[in-house]
Amino acid sequence: MNSIEVKELKKEYDGVPAVKGISFDVKQGEIFGFLGPNGAGKSTTIKMLSTLISPSSGSALVNEFDIILNKDDVRKSIGLVFQDPSLDDRLSAYENLRFHAELYGVERDDFIERVEEVMTLVELWDRRNDIVRGYSGGMKRRLEIARGLLHYPKVLFLDEPTIGLDPQTRSHIWSYLIKLQKNFGMTIFMTTHYMNEAEYCDRIAIIDGGLIVALDTPENLKSKVGGDVVTIKTKEINKIKEEVSVFSPNSVKDVDGGIQIEIKDGKTFLPKLFAQNKFLIDSVELRQPTIDDVFLKITGKQIREEGASAADIMRRQFKARGR
Amino acid sequence: MIHFLKSVRTIWMREIIRFWRDKPRIISTAFQPIMFLVVFGFGFRQILAKSNFGIDFIQFVYPGIIAMNVMGIAFFSSISTVWDREFGFLKEILVAPVSRVSIVVGKIAGAATVATLQALILLILAPFLGVPLSVAVVVNLIIFMVLLSFAIAGLGLLIASLMTTTESFSVVMQVLFFPMFFLSGAFFPLTQVPYWMEILSKIDPLTYGVDAFRQIILGQEAQVVETIKNISLNTPLIDGLILVAFFIIFIIPATLNFNKGE
Repeated sequence: MNSIEVKELKKEYDGVPAVKGISFDVKQGEIFGFLGPNGAGKSTTIKMLSTLISPSSGSALVNEFDIILNKDDVRKSIGLVFQDPSLDDRLSAYENLRFHAELYGVERDDFIERVEEVMTLVELWDRRNDIVRGYSGGMKRRLEIARGLLHYPKVLFLDEPTIGLDPQTRSHIWSYLIKLQKNFGMTIFMTTHYMNEAEYCDRIAIIDGGLIVALDTPENLKSKVGGDVVTIKTKEINKIKEEVSVFSPNSVKDVDGGIQIEIKDGKTFLPKLFAQNKFLIDSVELRQPTIDDVFLKITGKQIREEGASAADIMRRQFKARGR
Repeated sequence: MIHFLKSVRTIWMREIIRFWRDKPRIISTAFQPIMFLVVFGFGFRQILAKSNFGIDFIQFVYPGIIAMNVMGIAFFSSISTVWDREFGFLKEILVAPVSRVSIVVGKIAGAATVATLQALILLILAPFLGVPLSVAVVVNLIIFMVLLSFAIAGLGLLIASLMTTTESFSVVMQVLFFPMFFLSGAFFPLTQVPYWMEILSKIDPLTYGVDAFRQIILGQEAQVVETIKNISLNTPLIDGLILVAFFIIFIIPATLNFNKGE
């Protein structure tokens, strides 16, 4: 059974396409990753699937409910964790969850039972009566995940669940998500632009410029990169390129301050290359292919972290001032 | 229907919790109207005592100040909608399986409750100003405070639904607040103003709040009843109906705007 079925979904903002017709299915119980740079159409897709915005054309079913015709049924059956925090920071954590439960029609007795369950899961039960203002970024995100689970959704949507969090908190959140998938058989649909996080997913769709450019398991995607990845930082790029071509690599690309080579059996390639030639080299790196390389190979560019937008900065200032 | 009422209650409850928790705001919000009353009241009292106005100026201005307070808070409460959008909480509300109407009604009911509670604080001043209060007056006043705050919160919500940032909302509020206050007849009777001012006053919802408040609060005293009657625009009942009409005019487009989403 499929939790999500998407057919030719499109979204334009004032004639500018954000999502240019995407189709995919998400199976029940899988962690499905939507990977791409900022502005690729990830958030737009998640907003359409969660009925926050209407698509320009195309259709999609979530838990077999149409996202255009049965908005309320879709909303009841999904949990949503937004990219930007969406808690009331003047209320306590417990009050935030109670508010959510009441809006989603969770009965009082069920709520009392579940609130402990979900808050224990994210290790916030001891801090339940704290005002959310005093929470750290990671705690807020965990609370939002707990909130998203409160009405026992069949599908949990997470829009960049780990953005802006430190690595330790990120891996913490991932362990919660994997626990959820195992314990509840929950389908998880998430977007991210952290390549290494995509490895936790059962399947990944790579989205770029509003189109899905690849969709497969992380292993299959990585096997598309030919062999190991060797990065050589040097100023003599042309000279090295010439010599490398002798070894018939799968590909050679320019990267910042050097070149990147994909080649089978990189371990033996490197000594051979350097035994025969003398180059001025800044550094050499040899590693197994990652999703990052897959992305680079398919789209021809690297995903970069972008700076905070003006709105983010303003929001932070307002928060600091205390509204 | 039960779910509708429950969602209204949930949204309303949140506004009340937030209000109650912010005690410094309760105190500072009460301070402003008291300052207006003292400065303007005592300032003008001397001059006006010499003319045959027929009513003590502080008493005259007192109901207007209460109405201003109701308006200020109802406006301020609707700003919380913009805050909610700015801080993302509105998304949590909008994505919930509840009707948009219940969201709007809950917000406005919250604003009306907060505005009424806050304005009631000002009634403590009545004995010091020589204004007698009775249970009937207070009950009547509460009804009209709720009506006025519904109309103003409706306007605030309509503006909020059109604005995306707190800055633009604050600017619009600033531009509207004082003209609405000064044109409402809080400081002078509207019976003898130029025609253009009369027109502007008539499209100001606050005018009808001030008009009704003044008749309710001062209509008890035998020596000023005649004066109050002469300077009033409508009976309180008509004022109330006009406020309801304003509410409906504001709330329909506001709800439609929230329905559009994003």
